[in-house]
Amino acid sequence: MRLRFTPAPALLAVVAAAAMSVACGGDTASSGTVRINGAGATFPYPLYSKWFSEYHAQRPEILINYQSIGSGGGVRQLLNQTVFFGASDYPMTDVQLAEAAVPILHLPTVVGAVVPIYNLPGVTADVQFTGPLLADIYLGRITRWNDPALTAINPGVALPDEAITVVHRSDGSGTTFVWVDYLAKVSPAWREQVGVATSVNWPVGLGGKGNEGVAGLVKLTTGAFGYVEPVYATQNQIPFGAVQNAAGRFVKASPASVTAVADGAAPTMPDDFRVSITNAPGDASYPIASFTWLLFHENPPDTMQAAAMVDFMRWALTDGQAFASDLGYSPLPASVVDRELAALGRIRTQ
Amino acid sequence: MTGQRLRASDRIFGLLTGAPALLLVLIVLAIGVVLWRESQLSIAAFGFGFWSSSDWDPVAGAFGAFPFIWGTLYSSVLALLIAAPVSIGIAVFLSDICPHRLRPPLIFLTELLAAIPSIVYGLWGIFVLVPLVRTIQESLPEAVRALPLFSGPPVGVSLLAASLVLAVMVIPYTSSMAREVLRAVPGAQRAAAYALGSTRWEATQVALRYARTGIIGAVMLGFGRAIGETMAVTMVIGNNPQASWSLFAPQYTMAAVLANEFKEAVETLHLHALVEIGLVLFVITLAVNGLSRLLIWRMTTTRPRRAPRRQAAREAA
Repeated sequence: MRLRFTPAPALLAVVAAAAMSVACGGDTASSGTVRINGAGATFPYPLYSKWFSEYHAQRPEILINYQSIGSGGGVRQLLNQTVFFGASDYPMTDVQLAEAAVPILHLPTVVGAVVPIYNLPGVTADVQFTGPLLADIYLGRITRWNDPALTAINPGVALPDEAITVVHRSDGSGTTFVWVDYLAKVSPAWREQVGVATSVNWPVGLGGKGNEGVAGLVKLTTGAFGYVEPVYATQNQIPFGAVQNAAGRFVKASPASVTAVADGAAPTMPDDFRVSITNAPGDASYPIASFTWLLFHENPPDTMQAAAMVDFMRWALTDGQAFASDLGYSPLPASVVDRELAALGRIRTQ
Repeated sequence: MTGQRLRASDRIFGLLTGAPALLLVLIVLAIGVVLWRESQLSIAAFGFGFWSSSDWDPVAGAFGAFPFIWGTLYSSVLALLIAAPVSIGIAVFLSDICPHRLRPPLIFLTELLAAIPSIVYGLWGIFVLVPLVRTIQESLPEAVRALPLFSGPPVGVSLLAASLVLAVMVIPYTSSMAREVLRAVPGAQRAAAYALGSTRWEATQVALRYARTGIIGAVMLGFGRAIGETMAVTMVIGNNPQASWSLFAPQYTMAAVLANEFKEAVETLHLHALVEIGLVLFVITLAVNGLSRLLIWRMTTTRPRRAPRRQAAREAA
């Protein structure tokens, strides 16, 4: 009987020793390390993860962990204070800010565009679109590629007598938000019938899941028309069209033309950076673009984390911008960066 | 002393095995409670109209689940209409007709189908089934395409594509279950049929008739599986919340809309409406699975009793 019980204390001792060694190991590793958690948008995730690892290489004592759970979830977790910062592809609404009860700071990190893609075998020239035309296609009012409205602005392009198969996102997404935000600005009918949100009640079309889903459906369907982030068009070798901007010129999305639209919006940008930049003025602007934001509490509970995060933001807004175009994003214009650097002072760090 | 210790260890053993079983019941209850609680706003706003309304407009805050319920049931029923005969064929072949040496590899292969991740089925659906459905639709004569059942533009992503993917995914489950049920048919049944001079086909008919409730149960189990399938379906069904009879129309299912919209649902009402769809799906799945269990249970308990009862009735007459 006694023999049976002897292993227990021995086991306890071993467990205790193991626990102690783990605790000690944890201590030495974490002493001086600032761990920061964030969550939110999936669209900027490739850039953010690049930023966080680059920044960690420079400042090994700061470790930023980011979960790309979607903008909606990021905002909810920020409000519940389960993460230090949130990330979103669209600004919080006035209602949400009022519910938050504590001041939230929006900081744009980079600019992203959305491009119209199409599958028209035999058409090699860039197809041009105007905003109202895009809205009419998505409202189901223009249903064929050789519609007079399309051929009129595409002289010299042999548009086929083919039905337009409209493809949109089936999942809620920031990409959809930017796309319908633009359509609502240029088309009163869209504004009244459909409106703006991350998922809307689409009048026509097929739903593809994710950018890759839309790109896949367009690629497989002759006559299909959809919208994706530019990197998905170039990676899948799907042609994308030029869109008429507010100045009346037809512009294709490129890092320069997308940064230009953000620059065009800068003079009228409010102090809280919650602004839609679609259809902003400027000769060289590509009109369908948006900021993506990081969201912070202005009075965070942990000042150590706040100081580290402010330092990171200073780096991301300056040196960090160089990583943007390689990953398919457009850097912020200097006019916006300057105002953000000044706004960083609103985050309490002591 | 030994007896006492045995009894104590039995009690501990009973506790150790009973606790996880109880936990399972609690988890199911907890899921139901959470779904109910987190969908209160939507339940309060739409009531039972949620089941019948076809509006799904996150901008206007109007939500109705009918197109999703319709798409889920339509695609699952159609999948079963395709899968059930195939599965029963596989089950009969494997239990009665197949040469002994072929049986293990064939069983292994059908069960392998169940192990393929659903996203792989989805990809296969996009690259093989969707173009196939499009070709089928384009090759139909105009007169047929005018019928409501076959109307719509030929895009390929459609209810039919989803049902075909579901059918392939359901076959391994339904056929293994049906095979087990057929194996449970007493050998005397077949022996008696052969003794009366039946052909193999007639003997199989006897076995099938004997096992019919169990086979219905196996099909219902496949139905439960088809109802909840998400990834493969959302990739090929077209995600369009408009209920339609057309096999070629893009439609939507409950599981698909949950997976699609939950992540970026910002408004609380939108979130609650999505959770309520989860609740509806939960209720339908529970009902279907319960029904299939009931059928299988009836087959195993009341079947042997029926014969004497019938005999008694005959004697009374």
